[in-house]
Amino acid sequence: MSTMKGEHLTKQYGHGEAAVTAIDDMTFAIGSGEFVGIMGESGAGKSTLLSIMGAMNAPSAGSLEVEGIDIYSLGQEQRADFRREFLGFVFQSFHLIAYLTLEENVMLPLATIRMPRRRKLAMARHALAAVGLDCKGQRLPHQISGGEKERTAIARAIVNQPPILLADEPTGNLDSRTSREIMRLLQRLKDDGTTVVMVTHSQESARFADRIIQVADGRLKGDVFSRTMSG
Amino acid sequence: MTLKQIAIQNLLRRKGKAVLILVGLVLGIGTVITVISFSDAVTGDINHKLEKYGANILVVPRTENLVLSYGGIQMGGISFDMQELRETDLEAVKHIKNYRNIAAMGPMALGAVRVNDRPVMLAGVDFEAARILKPWWKLDGRKPEAGGILAGAEAARVLGLTVGDTLGLGGHPLAVTGILKPTGSQDDQLLFTTLPTAQAVLDMPGRVSMVEVAALCTACPIEDMVKQISEALPGAKVMAIQQVVKGRMETLAQFKKLSFGVSVIIVLIGSLVVLVTMTGSVRERKEEIGVLRAIGFRKAHVMRIILMEAILIAIAAGIVGYLGSMGATRLALMLLADNVHVALPWNLPLAAGALGMSLVVGVLAAIYPAMKAARMDPNDALRAL
Repeated sequence: MSTMKGEHLTKQYGHGEAAVTAIDDMTFAIGSGEFVGIMGESGAGKSTLLSIMGAMNAPSAGSLEVEGIDIYSLGQEQRADFRREFLGFVFQSFHLIAYLTLEENVMLPLATIRMPRRRKLAMARHALAAVGLDCKGQRLPHQISGGEKERTAIARAIVNQPPILLADEPTGNLDSRTSREIMRLLQRLKDDGTTVVMVTHSQESARFADRIIQVADGRLKGDVFSRTMSG
Repeated sequence: MTLKQIAIQNLLRRKGKAVLILVGLVLGIGTVITVISFSDAVTGDINHKLEKYGANILVVPRTENLVLSYGGIQMGGISFDMQELRETDLEAVKHIKNYRNIAAMGPMALGAVRVNDRPVMLAGVDFEAARILKPWWKLDGRKPEAGGILAGAEAARVLGLTVGDTLGLGGHPLAVTGILKPTGSQDDQLLFTTLPTAQAVLDMPGRVSMVEVAALCTACPIEDMVKQISEALPGAKVMAIQQVVKGRMETLAQFKKLSFGVSVIIVLIGSLVVLVTMTGSVRERKEEIGVLRAIGFRKAHVMRIILMEAILIAIAAGIVGYLGSMGATRLALMLLADNVHVALPWNLPLAAGALGMSLVVGVLAAIYPAMKAARMDPNDALRAL
């Protein structure tokens, strides 16, 4: 059964002659527990597609169903609730909050949930342990390396165990050794049953995905299994 | 991690911004409270000084006769066609709404007596109340107790009285214990004794001829006081001595107007500081707000974080503003007031007012930046970085 189904998705910015089409009539389906890589050149529409998948950017046309819910038929606040419950985000620039410790950063998605602090802390520590940072929870973001920041961002994305993880260039700012570590981490999450959708322009990272969706000029140019692509 | 903790951590992290907002609010609230407490202190001092004007309300028995005197020229005798005022009736005045504004109430028993075959007016007064009602009195000798007489300057001269003389009035021997220095008022013509002694001499037990009242009307118009006393004493005619009262009220009104005008301007400046600083802070936190919205914070959650920050700063500003204003008021009194010994007590309602005003100003000024933050589109916020 599909976890995510996009039908004739189109996204245009601007109006009239100045209109730019970022996504042009895309139709796709992503199954539960898949690890999907979205690849393409800069400006191909990868990040726009990911933001549409992330319930943050309403398409100009078409529909997107996630877990059976037509998410753009929901109001803005309901979409916020949806993101909290169903989606985990890993951003390219980490976007950790500088004045919060790693534990506090990881606990952020739980801040609006009524739950004892002890339980929230346990969940955050569990997530940090899952990414190998259980002993650095009290540090601030500026006290850790880039790879650790990325792992913290992943811990924050998985702390409330969402079924879908969306990652935008998760290795974009990392060296190759750290990139491999991060990719293995995402693969492990996929093995645990999380659906992972990752935007990347790195062939190296794409090899870890089960399936690659190729995007060019806002259109779907290919949809193949990674192993087939790599030969 | 809760919304409150996020707000607190942000304030701790961005101390410079927090201090700037705090200073803006403290200046606004502190100045308002300084102006109010300075105005109150000076008003209290003025009231204290105005007490030297003595009584400002007269209570006399109701009568149908018109007084036939003007400028000290008497054209008729004493009117006896009047209702009685009884000492016990005066108890009712203690239950009027603004009783606490009455500084002193002096019942008087008045009547004519003969001394050395000359008619003279004898007045029974409460000498304790007279200290407030007639603060201009200065005397040679001492004020009388029961069985004693204080003679007005003119009465003493005409009757040839000196301290130590004894008078027989209505069969009561009364010793002259003091002579009033000239006051330029009718008091110079009178003999004064204690109220019970006068009532005994004049054979008017329990009755009084009139009552003088000194009312401090900082919080109430004098007309209200007159009305309240009239209702308490239906058999009496209650009159305000208008010139003194109006002078007092005008002085107080000037202070109130000045306080109000300055307060409005300063509060507006304080709100603008909060508004501008918090709006700038929201702009700087675009990434953070974008992330929060992306991971599932509702608009209301973001608004609550911003408003909580404003509330926390406003509480601190209210407390610091009040404490600072007390110091500033003392300084202002030292530099600007004639009397540096004006009382400036801790004022709990004013402190609560400072806190309340700080909260209202802080929250109102933070509503716009909070709404701006809440309206931030997570996709735009993150894409723009």
